[in-house]
Amino acid sequence: MDDTPTPESSRYPARDHEPIVRFRDACVEINGRTIWRDVDLEIAPGDFAAILGPNGVGKSTLVKVALGLLELHFGLVTVLGGPPGEQRQQIGYLPQRRSFDPSLRVRGIDIVRLGLDGGHWGIPLPKQFLRATTRDRQRRVDEVIALVGATEFAERPIGQLSGGEQQRLLIAQALVQRPRLLFLDEPLDSLDLPNQSAIAALIHHISATEGVTVVMVAHDVNPILPYLDRVIYIGPGGAVSGTPREVITTETLTRLFKTPIEVLSTSDHRLFVVGQPEPPAFHSDRHVHETHDHHLHQHSSDQRDVAPPHQHRVVP
Amino acid sequence: MIGLIDVLGPHHVPSGLSTNIISDISQLLTYHFMVNAFAAGTIVAIGASVIGWFMVLRRQTFAGHTLAVIGFPGAAGAALLGASITLGYFATCVAGAIVIGLIPRSPSGRPRGSESALIGTLQAFALACGVLFVSLYRGFLDQLTSLLFGGFLGITNTQVVTLALVCLVAVCALAIIGRPLFFASIDPDVALARGVPVRTLSLIFMILVGLAVAEASQITGSLLVFALLVMPGAAAQRLTNSARYSLMISLASAIAMTWCALGAAYYSIYPVGFYLTTFGFALYLLALAIEWMNNTRSSRSRARLRGSGMRA
Repeated sequence: MDDTPTPESSRYPARDHEPIVRFRDACVEINGRTIWRDVDLEIAPGDFAAILGPNGVGKSTLVKVALGLLELHFGLVTVLGGPPGEQRQQIGYLPQRRSFDPSLRVRGIDIVRLGLDGGHWGIPLPKQFLRATTRDRQRRVDEVIALVGATEFAERPIGQLSGGEQQRLLIAQALVQRPRLLFLDEPLDSLDLPNQSAIAALIHHISATEGVTVVMVAHDVNPILPYLDRVIYIGPGGAVSGTPREVITTETLTRLFKTPIEVLSTSDHRLFVVGQPEPPAFHSDRHVHETHDHHLHQHSSDQRDVAPPHQHRVVP
Repeated sequence: MIGLIDVLGPHHVPSGLSTNIISDISQLLTYHFMVNAFAAGTIVAIGASVIGWFMVLRRQTFAGHTLAVIGFPGAAGAALLGASITLGYFATCVAGAIVIGLIPRSPSGRPRGSESALIGTLQAFALACGVLFVSLYRGFLDQLTSLLFGGFLGITNTQVVTLALVCLVAVCALAIIGRPLFFASIDPDVALARGVPVRTLSLIFMILVGLAVAEASQITGSLLVFALLVMPGAAAQRLTNSARYSLMISLASAIAMTWCALGAAYYSIYPVGFYLTTFGFALYLLALAIEWMNNTRSSRSRARLRGSGMRA
């Protein structure tokens, strides 16, 4: 762990509860290319944590490792006290940018229902043969759809709904089996600003009322900043985790991104991150950024005016 | 192709369509070959409509078509070797299904870009082999026509039993994997994360498609399998949002189409494949019309709700 300022153990003294997610000296290689290494992090029960960082740095990879879909090259990862992939019923997952074909005639309510029994073998029995457990399942589906505010459109085909409506139903799907841990991969991506803050508030509400630990991959930190307990910043130089106040500092981010980054404090104690090597959020091809990483910061002063997501504001 | 006269003999020419439907149907079923045709047609319709429904849902109609085209040289090759044509269809369709099922894909089962070109290449080569086998066999044009466009005459008892057993196995297998397959078909990433064996299911399903294609080919011929495999499922999925009702509509319409087509082919001189495909096409157009009417009505009622301020 050569890139973080202090070892995790000293920065986070012993907690009452075992961390829900823990990475130790973790490293992932895909096709011989190191995605990230030296990742150490801990997420405590009930935390609302965000995985931040530029695109292509391996944020989704980190989620896939925690889900047991990818193996670590070396290092250690535990999820809910065991190896990843062992407690699948306790984990909800919302993958990145799913969109359904507009011609797909499957109702939103059926998509949510799949989150509950989609992995069960055998044919579902018709309604008149419903057993009590099946009726309970239907009640749980209705309840979770009401929780995300999707009752009004849950009977319509998912492909015909707007991005925000689809996202609410997909969050309901991830929540329907009462998971202890929820992984959300860019849930605010491709939503308009009002929907972004509405969904961010909804996720916070869920994590508070349902007691779910939330790990959210985000590109833009602004909509979720007021709710965050923990930030994991991944950059080309490794990963840092801590509270937003601890992580978002000039020293930490400069070391992490290996380029000069300044964190400015305004008179009302809000923070701005300037010069972060990240393309503007509305960049049309976000996957070419890797070649830009080393020079984009030079343009940052020009882009500040046109690309607000470039600056990350921290409310104290 | 064998004509009705050849099968029935010169003294048993069908008396033609009368106005009495009951007597027409009972006349149909006096002949053993017609009973076999109805039995085989019904069995094939059951298997093809439910497996085809999933194939439409999974957007795998191209793969299904490839398997049908691969079945053609299989059947022609079996005839050339003096083996059973039924066996030829099953062997090549299932072998083809396993090969297609094993083509490398991304973990969540999405096809790679080069896959459709590869499959298209295989299709052309398979058709060419089939034509070669038929000409090596010195088969008549009639036989080529019935391999490609189907027929309902001369279905043996053994063939009916074979079709029934294969159909039973395939439908039972589908019933067992049905729900995880549905999950994996519409939401592969989440299904994978929840521990659903997406890739294995995909391979098993492709084998089921191979079985359904081999069955349907024996009635509709290699080129018209979509009449039973795609048309009922595609029409049903336009009619309802409920998976259960959609499957039932697909099943019922496939059986109805088959019965009507066999009856029409018996009382006329035109081939059964033509009737089956035409009825399927009519069904699809009807489904499109109903869907369009539903959409106009629901968007109008939503607009009315908005207008009266019932939606926040």
